Amino acid sequence: MSAKRMNLREKYQRMTRDLAWKPSYQSEDDIFPQAKYEGIIIHDWDKWEDPFRLTVDAYWKYQAEKERKLYAIIEAFAQNNAQLNVTDARYINALKLFLTGVTPLEYAAHRGFAMSGRNFPGAGPQVSSQFQSIDELRHAQTQIHTISHYNKYFNGFHDWRHMHDRVWYLSVPKSFFDDAMSAGPFEFVTAISFSFEYVLTNLLFMPFMSGAAYNDDMATVTFGFSAQSDESRHMTLGLEVIKFMLEQDERNVPIVQKWIDKWFWRGYRLLALVSMMMDYMLPKRVMSWQEAWEMYFEENGGALFEDLARYGIRMPKYWEVSVKEKNRLSHEVWSVFYNYGHAAAIHTWMPDENEMAWLSEKYPETFDKYYRPRFDHWHKHQKKNGRWYNNTLPMLCQTCQIPMAFTEPDDPTQICYRSSDYEGMQYHFCSDGCKDIFDDEPEKFVQAWLPVHQIYQGNCGGASVPEVLEWYHLKHGQDNLEYLDSQDRANWLRWKGLTEKAEAVLQKAANE
Amino acid sequence: MAVKALYDYRFEPKDTEDKFHGNQLVYVGWDQHLMFCAPHCVPLPPDMPFGALVREVLPGMYDSHPDWAQVNWGQVEWIVDNKPFQPDMEKGLRDQGIGHKSLIRFRTPGLNGIAGAAS
Ligand SMILES: [Fe+2]
Ligand SMILES: [Fe+2]
Repeated sequence: MSAKRMNLREKYQRMTRDLAWKPSYQSEDDIFPQAKYEGIIIHDWDKWEDPFRLTVDAYWKYQAEKERKLYAIIEAFAQNNAQLNVTDARYINALKLFLTGVTPLEYAAHRGFAMSGRNFPGAGPQVSSQFQSIDELRHAQTQIHTISHYNKYFNGFHDWRHMHDRVWYLSVPKSFFDDAMSAGPFEFVTAISFSFEYVLTNLLFMPFMSGAAYNDDMATVTFGFSAQSDESRHMTLGLEVIKFMLEQDERNVPIVQKWIDKWFWRGYRLLALVSMMMDYMLPKRVMSWQEAWEMYFEENGGALFEDLARYGIRMPKYWEVSVKEKNRLSHEVWSVFYNYGHAAAIHTWMPDENEMAWLSEKYPETFDKYYRPRFDHWHKHQKKNGRWYNNTLPMLCQTCQIPMAFTEPDDPTQICYRSSDYEGMQYHFCSDGCKDIFDDEPEKFVQAWLPVHQIYQGNCGGASVPEVLEWYHLKHGQDNLEYLDSQDRANWLRWKGLTEKAEAVLQKAANE
Repeated sequence: MAVKALYDYRFEPKDTEDKFHGNQLVYVGWDQHLMFCAPHCVPLPPDMPFGALVREVLPGMYDSHPDWAQVNWGQVEWIVDNKPFQPDMEKGLRDQGIGHKSLIRFRTPGLNGIAGAAS
């Protein structure tokens, strides 16, 4: 007996929607307790459209093939010692930041989508969430394989999981995702699928993957493209979930707008780390942060929000501040890491002359005026008196947890200070965006685990930098400090056959 | 506004003063000197005289800056919690309204950072 082959639409219907059932002896509200409390009103879950109509058999077949190719390439990369082909060992620090900052988020996304898949009452979004949950687990795994390879040759990769819960700048991505995961399922997907994946992901992946390609890091290009091919599905989920909520009931519009405002700003602040990777950490640069922001946010994002205007959705609040900041963001953030390079698991350095010329050219209104004098001073200080560090811990923003390094939207010479009083205590913020987020849900953000305050409370191994580093599982003199004097650089020079120069670097480091 | 939750959502704030071993947190920022990328955060005894803050705490933060030696302390403008402030050098911090998580900013007229570029 021969069964008739099902077409794609029938197969999708049978293998997703038809697997759902109407409960008879428990109420829907008890089965899906998180479905309504956020205030989103859904009349008909069957209106959910999945343009990919992906079913589990197709998913399995396609992804297995992709993984086989991916691991073959990673294997070949290791066999050929291809880490020696990257443009310069400074590049590896961009990779350290990316892999220690983002890989745990991939895992968190895996958990987050498993939860949203469980909590949505409709079969369509349940299935889409579950596929994405598996995708994110795969992304975490492939990145861990890449970490594992680079960890054999460079410092700073060795305990990324432990570091993620402790290190001051990793609290930025960690708290971002914890915020999303502790929200309800609708806010979670608006945060991650729409605001992050749909609106901002191009600014994370495109510059970073092209950066890897430009700097001959084929391992990263490989996991990047493998993840990227899932990305179109994730972005579609992001847009679909937004449109679905907006079409279901107009009372959803203000709630969705509020989430878009919040998560645009949170995502944008997180991307500040990417801005400095692009402008400072790639030995061979792809494009400037400013150019990337113009192309991916102002142009592409602008078109998207024009499209959403028919639902009553406008551009995210404070988008114009992001535009005002575009020619200073990366310089301010690199200054943070240069200031506190003794407490980080990456190396920092001053741009060389050619790089300074590139920065002047890309940032004609700001670089020579505001940042070159600072850098020249640091350069001179390093030559005469050794590398300068900031020896007092910084004030952090209560919401984004980044040191308060951002300047007033209309004045690049003045730190932007904002604060709120809540139940008898003051809270401080880097921007109106971060203040508004706090003011809307103060009960949530008063609990923020701010690394600097935690150190002063005595919860981080001690009060001195070496004690805190030990608690972070970082080795002083190995994982931190100036690139020029680093073991990473000495090893790199040796591998490149420049043994004498390598010895000089190690000698200098030992004397400091 | 309040957070939306499935239950009465109330938790203790993480940074109440009692957790800092007798100290209070104070933030300090030197305007127009962004070589120090962000303002600083330090735990200080609430009864520390303002003068001791100036003489004993600030140099450790800022004396690596070329402007530091030139600061004329008679001309410094103080801003505490966003309001102009006249410090009493003898009085303790708390007694002149500088509490837990207060922000102390100061401006040094004529000294505007490296190359006058707010660095
Ligand atoms: Fe991912
Ligand atoms: Fe912030």
